[in-house]
Order: sequence, then structure tokens, then C-alpha cells
Amino acid sequence: MKTESRLERVLSQGQFAVTTECGPPRGADPDVVRKKGALLKGMVDAVNVTDNQTSVVRMSSLAGCMILKQMGFDPILQMVTRDRNRISIQSDILGAAALGVNNILCLSGDHQTFGDDPEAKNVFDIDSIQLIQLVKTMRDEGVFPSGKELKGAPRLFIGAASNPFAEPFAIRPLRLAKKVDAGVEFIQTQCIYNLDRFETFMKEARNLGLHEKVKILAGVTPLKSAGMAKFMKKNVAGMDIPDEVIQRMAAAPKEEQADKGIEICVESIQRLREVEGVAGVHVMAIEWEQKVPEIVEKAGLLPRPAFS
Amino acid sequence: MLPCSGRVEELTLLRAFEKGADGVMVVGCLEGDCHYLTGNLRARARVKRVAGILDKVGVGAERVEMFNLSAGEGTKFVQYANDMVEKIRGLGPSPVNVARQRKAG
Amino acid sequence: MIIGQQKAIEALLEMLSPYDNILLVGCHGCVTVCRSGGEKEVEILSSTIRLARETAGRPIEIREVTLERQCDPEYLEVMRPYLEDYQAVLSIACGAGIQFVAEKFPAARVLPGLDTTFIGVTEQQGVWAERCQACGDCVLHLTGGICPVTRCSKSLFNGPCGGTTTSGSCEVNKEIPCGWMLIIDRLRSTGQIENYRKILPMKKWRSSRDGGPRKIQREDLMG
Repeated sequence: MKTESRLERVLSQGQFAVTTECGPPRGADPDVVRKKGALLKGMVDAVNVTDNQTSVVRMSSLAGCMILKQMGFDPILQMVTRDRNRISIQSDILGAAALGVNNILCLSGDHQTFGDDPEAKNVFDIDSIQLIQLVKTMRDEGVFPSGKELKGAPRLFIGAASNPFAEPFAIRPLRLAKKVDAGVEFIQTQCIYNLDRFETFMKEARNLGLHEKVKILAGVTPLKSAGMAKFMKKNVAGMDIPDEVIQRMAAAPKEEQADKGIEICVESIQRLREVEGVAGVHVMAIEWEQKVPEIVEKAGLLPRPAFS
Repeated sequence: MLPCSGRVEELTLLRAFEKGADGVMVVGCLEGDCHYLTGNLRARARVKRVAGILDKVGVGAERVEMFNLSAGEGTKFVQYANDMVEKIRGLGPSPVNVARQRKAG
Repeated sequence: MIIGQQKAIEALLEMLSPYDNILLVGCHGCVTVCRSGGEKEVEILSSTIRLARETAGRPIEIREVTLERQCDPEYLEVMRPYLEDYQAVLSIACGAGIQFVAEKFPAARVLPGLDTTFIGVTEQQGVWAERCQACGDCVLHLTGGICPVTRCSKSLFNGPCGGTTTSGSCEVNKEIPCGWMLIIDRLRSTGQIENYRKILPMKKWRSSRDGGPRKIQREDLMG
């Protein structure tokens, strides 16, 4: 065990892991985070706190992590390279570790043109793969990237994201291989609706031997309505929602579409569990966190392993 | 003497207004019939650019206009010319001339 | 070449409001090629400004000059005799040229008529696009001749990110091709795709503007 991370422990014991995501509020009220946390108690092994997702300013990921940690969760700090240079990145890593955060998800981040501050200066001093290497160097070699020794290595379990569906499709397994080469230990994928295509991706990932070197958690997001499915298909880059999924949603009467979305999500989890190389699931129920317990329970993933 | 309306430059049109023109007509061949293939299309784009400038400087885009016809359409030319004159009469003297008059008077 | 775009006429008129006579200076270099600050543009802009000021009842006198370049001291000297007759200089050269005018003629009021935008190429007539960020440490040999700093909206060195669209464009704007998709295609077409697996290390930004304003001195060429 490289860290105190509960997620690392679950995965290293070969158990199917469950993680979820919590979006912090657009304000300084900690109770918003606490309310979301209350819905998730006992349902997951770790919770991601997003970092100014889509470049929209929110309470910092670290603050969200601390609030959840106080409630007994093992949070995953998400860190994008869009807004920070390598100096503040190293500093924030030390700070997070000092405060007891055990997991980090290394991301480049959505471009700032998506948010409310498109005039902001673009940082991107380093990219997500270089960030993975940076964390690994600090943790395992006890030195800063500059080579200078650091006292008190940050023991963070290192994660990253993977999007099996973005173009160019053929290069995605190779990009995952690069992240593995850099030292990533767990992966959370973009939400999966096209299971056939995901299985093709996993086949290639297995060919490259990646499933033995990194723990891959398959991402799922329950659809609330056929309208949501159509919107995401059209507007979200790198999203693949097959027409049959949309048709299944649309076939249900409007009041029943949310339940249909949960049903499809649970089915997906059950099918994904059977895919060789999938070590867990990452449930992203954005602004619908109250459904996570139902999904996790119906998918047969409860109870979560307990550690003393 | 111009071989083609494509030879009309923005500067020529703008200078005409500086010299006191109340309106400027640019006449070119029918689109698709340009002897030099795209000369009249280029002229139209330039006229459009000048019209935009004329609006921004307070002279008015309507004072410059491009017309397309073939060399054999004499009556149409007369009609377009009359239409243009009518339009400019309706608009009155160019604001440049108005300003000059005011200064002189 | 350096690509620029003239400022909007409203902004220019605002800048010129304190003056009744100006020198309008163009440049035969890059800005001529990208049709924003050459001799023709000097003439058109002068005519435009004169018309605007006349209709507003405040005529302005403009002397039109186009220099070989505004970034070399010898060429700027050509302007010196005219300066004392004019209240201000409106330059439509690139930012380097405009600054050099101000530097060589420190008593002059120098105004920028151009927004200098990027270093780029002519993709087709009338279309110019950015290609180089002047980072001072070129890696084009590693990326098939396509710059990751400039062509990738996030300047990733190990791209692409997860946002590439199905049509191969950048998540920021569908007019922008995904820089890393271009790089990968080029690595493939030149038989270098195995290079993709190599992790490119963190960039040294000190050679770029991040390290402070830059200067090159060639002793073999200095006087």
C-alpha cells in the first residue's frame, strides 16, 4: 500500500470499487457539500470533488474534500492544470496531503472558454500526463521535479481520467498507455452508454497489458430524460450515446423516464462488471446525487467493504 | 478606363465621396458572365466593404451601390441610373457636403 | 509573418479626437501581406478618417507615409522630417514597429492603429491563421512539424485531451482542428507513430516570454 487511501485498499484486495462525484457549490456555503455527503454515506469507497468543472468557478476541490473528510469520507482531490502553474501545483499537492487527502485525479481541464471567465489567462504550464509524473516523483522519490529534496513525501493515490469515446478512437488506448507509463494507478472513464464500443476499447487496453498495471473504473451517469440524452449526444464533446439508448428512454412516458434512466444505468453497471479489466465503477449523478444510493443498491454493490 | 469592375478599388470609391459625390454607382457584368471570371464578385465584395465604411463614418451605406447587367441591356442601365439618381435625391446631399456648406456659410 | 488587424474605426476616432492633424504611417512588411497596414490600407484608412471627421464637422489633415519597415532604425529616419508638422502619429505597423516609432521619436504622441494578433501564415487568400507562439524552444521535430503549443488550445505536450469532437475539431471551437489529431495523423503519414508513446517532459517556458522580455545579441554582427 503506497498510501492511506481506502480506494487503494479496496482495489488492491481485488474487490469491485465504487466511487462517485460531488460538485461543490457556486458559493461559500459548506452545508451544500454536507447535504450531498449525507446522501452518499456508506454508498461508496471514495468521492471525487470536482475542480472548477467546465471552467465555472466553484468552491475549491480541496475545501470540498476537507468538508467530506470531516464526515468520514475518503475524498479524491481533482486537480486541473488549466489554472495553476507547476509551482502552485506542487504546493497544493503538499497542502492536500498535509490535510489528510489520500487521492488525486490528475486532469488537464476543460478550456476556460466554457466558463464565465473566458478572458482569464490560460495557464496549462503542464499537462495531465506530466502531472501524474510529478506526483509520482514527489511521492516515491521524495524530490521536487527540480531535483531538490522534499521533507515529508505526499502520499497520494494517483488517478487520471480516460475518455474511450473521443476522437481519434484508435489512439485512446495508447493515450491510456502513456498515463500508465507516467505512473497512474487508477483511472475513471468518461460516462459509458455505448457498451460495445467500450468493450472494444477494453480489448485494446488488455492487448497493451494495461489492465494489469492500472485499475480502471468504468464511468456511468444515469439519464434523467430522453431530452437530456439528446442534449448530451449533440452538445457534449467526446460523448457517445447510441440511438437505441435514446429510443429506450423516449419510449417511456415522461414521468417514467427518470426511472428508465436508473434502470439502464444499473444494467450498464452489471454488464461492465463482467468486462475483464474493469476494477470498479464511477457513478457520476451530477445534481442527482440522491439517486446514487438507489443505483448502487440495485446494482448489488452494497455493502461497501469496511476497514477498521 | 477600366477593363472590368474588378479593377474598382475601395480607395476610388471613398475618394469620390471625399471629392463631393453624393452617390456612387458601380456597374458590372451579370454574375457568372464576367470576362475575367470573378472580377465582378470582387467588385461586389469591395462595394460592400465601402458601404460598411460609409455607414461608420456617417455618410450612409445607401449612397454606394453595385448593379449587374450585360453590355446589351441599354434600357436596364437607364433604369438603374434613374433609380440611383432618385434614391440619392431622396437622401439629399452627402453629409460631407452638408458639413462643408455649414463651414462655408 | 506577423498578422494584425486594424482597430475598429470607432476606437481610432476616439484616439484621434484630441488632434487636428496627424501622420498616418504604414509598413511594407508583414502588415502589407496580411492587408492590414500597408500602403493601400494607409490610403483607405486616411480617406475613412477624413470622411468621418468632416461629417462630424471637425476636419482632420492626414499625411500618408508608408515605410519599408518600422522595426529597423534606418527606415524610421525617413519619417523624422515630417514629425514636427503633426500633432500625433497613428501607426498601423505591428506592435513592434509602433513601439519602435515611439522609442526613436520619444517626443511624439504615438497611437496604435493595429491590434497585433499572431505569428502566422496565409492559408488561402484573405485567410491568415496562427502557427507559432515564439516559445524560444522549438519541438517541431518531435511532433511531425505541427506545434503543440500553438495548435493545441491547451498547449498539451501529451495530447489529445478528451474533448476532441467526432469531426476532429477542438472542443473550444469547431473551426479549430484538434492540434493533436493533426500531429498524430502527421506522425502516421511520416512513419513516426511509435514516437507518440514517448512522454514529452514539462516544457521549459523560460525561453518564452514567461522568462521576461527577450533579446538576442550577435557579437559577430554588432558594430
